[in-house]
Formats: sequence, structure tokens, C-alpha cells
Amino acid sequence: MSTEPPSPTSAPIEQVSSVVIRFAGDSGDGVQLTGNQFTKTSALVGNDISTLPDFPAEIRAPAGTLFGVSGFQLQFGATEIRTPGDTPDVLVAFNPAALKVNIDRLRKGGLVIVNTAAFSTRNLQKAGYESNPLEDDTLSAWQLVKVDITKMTREALKDAPIKTKDKDRAKNLFALGMVYFLYDRPLDHTVNWLEGKFSKKPDIAAANVKALKTGYYYAETAEVFRSTYSVPEAPIKAGTYRNVTGNLATAMGLVAAAQVADINLFLGSYPITPASDLLHALANMRAHGVRTLQAEDEIAAVCSAIGASYAGNLGVCSTSGPGLALKGEAMGLALMVELPMVVVDVQRGGPSTGLPTKTEQSDLLIALYGRNGESPLPVIAARSPADCFDAAYEAVRITIKYRTPVLLLTDGYLANGSEPWRIPDPASLPGIDPNFLTEPEGFQPYARDPETLARPWVKPGTPHMEHRVGGLEKDDLTGNVSYDPVNHHKMCGLRRDKVLRIQNDMPPLEVVGEQSGDLLLIGWGGTHGAITTAVESARAAGKSVSSVHLRHLHPLHPDLGDLIRRFDKVLVPELNFGQLLKVLRAEYLVDAHGLHKMAGQPFTVTELEQAIEATLYGEA
Amino acid sequence: MSEEAVQLTRKDLTSDQEVRWCPGCGDYAILKGVQNALAGLGIPREQMVVVSGIGCAARFPYYMETYGFHSIHGRSPAVATGVKMANPDLHVWLVGGDGDMMSIGGNHLIHILRRNLDVTILLFNNRIYGLTKGQFSPTSGLGVLTKSSPMGSIDPAFDPIGLALGAGGTFVARTVDLWGKHLEATVAAAHAHKGTALIEILQNCIIFNDGTFDPAVGKKARDENSIELVHGEPLVFGTDRNKGIRLNGTRLEVVELGDGVSEDDLMRHDAHDDSAIVPHLMATMQYPDFPVPTGIFRQVDRPTYEQSMEEQVHMAQLRSEGKKPDLGALFNQGDTWVVS
Ligand code: SF4
Repeated sequence: MSTEPPSPTSAPIEQVSSVVIRFAGDSGDGVQLTGNQFTKTSALVGNDISTLPDFPAEIRAPAGTLFGVSGFQLQFGATEIRTPGDTPDVLVAFNPAALKVNIDRLRKGGLVIVNTAAFSTRNLQKAGYESNPLEDDTLSAWQLVKVDITKMTREALKDAPIKTKDKDRAKNLFALGMVYFLYDRPLDHTVNWLEGKFSKKPDIAAANVKALKTGYYYAETAEVFRSTYSVPEAPIKAGTYRNVTGNLATAMGLVAAAQVADINLFLGSYPITPASDLLHALANMRAHGVRTLQAEDEIAAVCSAIGASYAGNLGVCSTSGPGLALKGEAMGLALMVELPMVVVDVQRGGPSTGLPTKTEQSDLLIALYGRNGESPLPVIAARSPADCFDAAYEAVRITIKYRTPVLLLTDGYLANGSEPWRIPDPASLPGIDPNFLTEPEGFQPYARDPETLARPWVKPGTPHMEHRVGGLEKDDLTGNVSYDPVNHHKMCGLRRDKVLRIQNDMPPLEVVGEQSGDLLLIGWGGTHGAITTAVESARAAGKSVSSVHLRHLHPLHPDLGDLIRRFDKVLVPELNFGQLLKVLRAEYLVDAHGLHKMAGQPFTVTELEQAIEATLYGEA
Repeated sequence: MSEEAVQLTRKDLTSDQEVRWCPGCGDYAILKGVQNALAGLGIPREQMVVVSGIGCAARFPYYMETYGFHSIHGRSPAVATGVKMANPDLHVWLVGGDGDMMSIGGNHLIHILRRNLDVTILLFNNRIYGLTKGQFSPTSGLGVLTKSSPMGSIDPAFDPIGLALGAGGTFVARTVDLWGKHLEATVAAAHAHKGTALIEILQNCIIFNDGTFDPAVGKKARDENSIELVHGEPLVFGTDRNKGIRLNGTRLEVVELGDGVSEDDLMRHDAHDDSAIVPHLMATMQYPDFPVPTGIFRQVDRPTYEQSMEEQVHMAQLRSEGKKPDLGALFNQGDTWVVS
């Protein structure tokens, strides 16, 4: 059977530079699958792309309820795409609840595709609709496309030798086929994927392919859409690409760095949303020497990573806010024994259990300060899903070079979001040398490298270098237990200074826009795409605005203070109540202002554009 | 890794650090016994790692001329798990007290036993918190008067042996701080066992709980009030070897030998049976109703955790000839596309 789409129809084709689509329905509607397929197909035709899945906290919330709505939003385009988009152009709603939850975000005039079969009285009630919005003027601001997807899918599959339940499950592919037609996408990728996925169940594969094609042909022949659109290829740097989520990119960055350093990676982890996919990804990388321990709790996870590093592996743990809170004491131990370890905190909404499936940047202060005693640790943050690879690699470089645990902050938005990743040539990755000490002559466990202040890493098993480490204060050089007051002051200072030395090998700050001007935005983490997009649009409108996005949260970049002083105003947008803001004000005595959002959702570009206006021209 | 048998002495395993336990503490005798036992194992000391948590006992690594890690309260099983998984060739001992191992670290203790990592746990049970100056511990038991239980403790006691057996421990034994030869033999047997070995060492805290075990295992009482468990042997005890333990229904009872009761009527110890029923029964014997059982309660073979992990890594590397595949293979998994 040919997978070629039919020849173009008579409907007019408009060219657009970017589009935002949101698929929404019950957890069981296959919304994530549909979104992922559209993403991959769009990447394969050369668009740039950014995605954001939006899960309910419940695994299978009761069908048809508002809180059970699962969503998948993506933006694809012919230009550089940095965010999943503020306002969808198209909403595909599989039931009334999905319509209700998402309709207000849809651009006025945008397209709503609904499955009319799902708009039963009962489903309308569950969604809190008093009358059927498809039949009154509720949706008059949008273009409504009503399709009985369930009926047409059943009809298309009436001869398929599979159960009715399985036929009904193919309705998301019917909808996907329609949207493929709308945006002039080829079907081959999804057809191949279905045939691979259901290779053991060819009847199911064939039925799903049929549903996909029927949706496509239906949209074409029934002239469902007033026009169709084409989105040309984006000017993307040459190379081989694949789509990655932040969690997968983090896992690959850690493994790559360990392999370059020629040591094994050990992960101690306790399942926690939204970090569990890191555990899953790494458990799948045994061939690369990865040992994973699904520990009995968060504390065991971090302690096992410390033990593994002590024995010469790269100890890693992955967690989210509540887990990070439990790891505080052990992280203090790791910094006291001055061994490498990477702790990945995939931030989620807090405090306490908070909003497990939603994103936030509110763990910065616990990352910087959440341990007893004077306990400085390097903290770095990733800015986009693909950047998680580089951030993880940098975390490993620092932890090994400076013999200090490193905290890597990502967040739920980055972890689950995806974008194309330009696959690096392994040979081009910077070298990392664990530099194990094996020479007993003159060995002192706490003697330091004069450049980095790092102490030697000696693997147990190395002859004639037996020594003891632990959480009690160490005597400088010998590492013996010491209660001496002068020594304690000195050691606290050495641990602080060692971390500050990381400033010596930071690459120059990357500034979007001029190096001086009216307003500087300072961001960190997953807000990069929205901030950069907003700053570029303000600059295009002639405003004197620049931005800098921080990779290193501790120590801060040595040039940051000077940069700040070259601007009249400073705005720090964060998904918290001003945590970096506090640090910057304390560090640089700068009258910076914050933009705060605590909604479990990323910033929209519009929100940032408005904040730029307000900061430049005073609160109106 | 091939290891040439090395002959060490106790002195080779003694570090230059001054021992800081209270004079007369049972820990001194344990240190000596463990050093003697380890010196006789024929393994080089750089292959030895001693991991501890927090407490009086947890200072142990500082006094051993081996690799040592004095970690944080309760977490030595977790730290040791990382050490052993990272390098299965190392020989690892864990040292901790009853508070460290069974209170704050209780969760880690049961899980290391469940996983059967090949390490030895030396659990010093003195039934009191020493380093924090005399509060009741999870092994103190009801009614005990301490600073934090001025009207008597209302916390029932944990039995370390029963707990270890319940967690699936594959080697569970009990010895006593002052029983030099017995302690050394038990430590050696534990090391020979492939899997997690837990030894409860009854230890005297001379400052806060002096003589707590003396009525059962002290010099004068030992023969009369303790019973050595030997696999396959009948349970005979007493200074004159004239008493025994008999199974009556589901309960044990103390009987006098003679007068129609012979050794054939006595319960026989079975440390190797797959089910842990007999070891569990042995663990129910508490002084003064019964003699205190010592020796090896249970020893069964199970795959060790780290070997199971190594097998998975080996399987995963079959296609890449036992080496890590090129990173390019990892990066290029899934759908890729080329932009030119
Ligand atoms: S307090 Fe007790 S257990 Fe601790 S060192 Fe002193 S005698 Fe030993």
C-alpha cells in the first residue's frame, strides 16, 4: 500500500511561519501519542519545534472530568522556535472537558476540531456545560469544525478483524490524519512507526494506519477546512538531529561525560515525578556501564551515590523538590568528603507535595543554601530540553575537576518538553580526566591542587594509600578528625574558595542584544525561550533591551556584576517569588525588580513583553 | 582480580589514630577481635573498606588501617551499597550500633539484607544510646529507666536477629564482645559467606548500661545461660551439658536431659534450610526464660545483588564485545533526520 498522500486539493494553501497546536482529551485518548507523532513528522519535514506535554497528576483520572484532561501543545515553524507557544492556533478537543479547559487559550479566530460523539449529555454535565457549546454561540469567536470522529473511525474499520474497543482507540489517529492534511504533512513517518510498534499485531497496525489515512482523506474530500497551510523549513544548522526530552538529554549528557572520563556511572534514585524518566532512561543504558539502584528512599539514593563515587564511579542521583529536601544532610557529607557527585533536581511545583506534574523554579534557594552549616555547592541550570545535555555534561566536568558535589537544576517543563537536538560528534566532546591518584609517595588525603583547590581522588583498592574520610571536620592536609577552631575556620574557607575557583573556567557571558542599555533581563533555567523571544521582539520594536541567561547560579559569572551596572534597569523573571532576585540584590547591591509567576505554568511571551513595557515605562 | 594470599597481623590493621572510647568499653575487645579476624583472611588491606554511620561504634573505621568511611547517622548500608556496586572486588564491612542501624537506619538495614549485597554488617548492640549520653534505644525494651524515659520506657524492643531474619538475611549470627575466639570465628565465617552477613555483637557500654548482658553471657553465666547453635546438632546447653531445648507443638521448652529425655528428643538446629522457620524459632529464645542463643542462626546461598547487576551489564554488552559501545550509537537511537 502506498503511503504517499494524495495530490493537493483545490482548497487554497496559505503559507505561515509558525503554528501552535494543542491536542487535549482524557488520559486514555492517546493525546500524548498524537502530539508526539505530529512533532516527529514536523521535525522530519524540517521545521523547528518545541513541545510541552501537560499531564494530570492522576494516572487515569475518571473519564470526562475537567481535572482528568491531558494536553500536548507544540509550536512548529519556519523560524527558530524557542517555546511551545502562548496561544494555540488549533485546538483538537476529544471531549467537552478538554474543550472547556482549553478554549480560552485559543487564539480568537483559531480552529477548534471536536469529536461530536463525545458531546453526550453526560459528558457535557461532567464538564460543567449547561447546554451543548457546539449548538449555541459559546464558540462563536472561533472556527468550529465538528466531526463525528468516533462514528467515522468505526465505519472505516468496520471490516477490521479487531475488537470495537480497539477500533475506538484509533480515533486519535483519525484526528491526526485530519491535522496532517491541514498542515500538508506526509503520513509516512507515522505509518512506519505504527507498523513497527504493532509489528506483532498486524491487524491493529493496519487498522490504525487506515484510521490515519481515512482522517486525511476525509479532511481533503469533505473540504472540512476553509484553507490549508504550509509551513516551510526552518533555517536550521546543518547536522543530524533527533527529538529529545529534557530528561533524556540529561541522561545522555551524564552518560557521555562519564564515558569520556572513562569511569562508570552509578545512579541512586527513588521514583519521583517528574524525575523518574531519568531513572528509566539510565536503567536502559547498562551497555554504557551504567549501574542503577532504585533505592529504598531518597536518602539511600544519595548515600549510595556518595559510596559509588568514593569507590571511583561517577555517583549521580536524580530527584525532585521533596527528594532534594531529604538529601540535604547527605549532600553536606559529600561536600565534606570532597568527592564528585551530581544531584539532578527536576523542579516541580512546591511546597510539600505541591504540584507534582507542574513546573516551577522554586528550588533555587534550597539548592543554594538548603544544608546545615557553611555548605556552598556549585549550582547550574539547563535552559531548554536539548540544553539539558550540555548542562549535564558541564555538571560532570565541574564535579570531577573540583571534587565537589554539583547540583543540576532542570524543571518539569524542560524534563517533559522536547525539541530537536543536534547530535554531537562524540569525538568533539571536551575531555574529562578523573585523574585518580595512585602514587603513595607524599600522599595526604586533603592536600590540594593549587589551581582548583581540589583534593586527590583515591580509589579503595589502591595499595599503600589506605585512609579514612567522613563527615567530621577534617584536619587540613592529613584529613584526620580535627576539632581545632583555627583549622575549622580555615577548612570552611577552603571549601568556599574551591567552589569560587569554578569562575576561572566559565565561558564568556552570552548577552542577547547590546552590552549596555535601558533594561537587562536576567533569567535562568527553563524560561530562556520565552525571555529571549520577548527580548528579541522588544528589540525589533526599537527598545533598548538585552538579556542574559545564567548557566551558573553558584558561583555566579565573574562578569555579571559589571554587566548589570551597564544597564539602567534590571528585571529578573522567575517562576517563583524572587529567589534569584534576592541573590542578585545581595550580591551586587542592585535595585533589580522581579517578575513572579506561581501557576505551575511557564511564562508566556506576552507576559514578558508586558513586563518589559511596564519596567521601561513605569507601571501604568 | 586475582589476589595473592597475604599474611597480615593485627598491627598491620591498626591505624595511627588514638582510640577514644571510654576505658572499659566493649568496643575495644571487638576492635581487637575484628583486627585479628581480618588479618587472617589472606586479603590485602587495600581491598578492605569499613563503612560506618554515627555513634560510638561508628568511630571504628578511624582505628582500622584500611580504607574507611565514617558517614552519617543510619546511612552506612546505603553508602556501602554504592561502594560495593561500584567495585564488587572490594571487601566491605559495616559497623554501627543499635540506634544507628535499627532506629534511624532501620529502613536501610532491612533493604540491604533483602538485596543480599555481599558485605558484612557488625551490629554492636549495647541497648542504649552512648554518644548522645544515655537515652533508651530500640533494643532497650519496656520499663528501662533512662534520661529520656524517667518513668520507664514504653517502647517495646526490637530483636536484631528476628529483624534480620524477617528481612530475608542470608547469614545471621550472634556473638559477644568479650568472647575473643568466638567473635573472630564468627567474623571469619561471615566474610566467607557470599551475601549480606549480619552479626549482632552483644556489647557492654560501661558508662550507661553496664553489665546488661552479664547475667546471660558474662564469664560466670556463659556456660549455664547461653546456648551455641551448631547446624545439625541437638540443642544442648548448661555447665554440665545436661539441659536441652525441645519443640512442644509450636513452642520451644527447656528440658532436663535424663529421666526419659534423650538428645534424640531435642530440637536440632537447621541453619541451611530454605525456609527460615528454625532460625526464627531460635531467635524467640530470650533470657531469662531461655538461654541466649549464639553462633550462626541462618546461612543460605542466594545470588548477590552486585553480581546480578554485573550480569545485566555483561548481557547488555554482549553485542559490543564486553565494552561500552561508541557514544554515537547512544546518541543516534530513535528517529533521526539530517539537515544539510
Ligand atoms: S558511651 Fe558506652 S558505648 Fe560509648 S564509648 Fe563509652 S562505654 Fe563505649
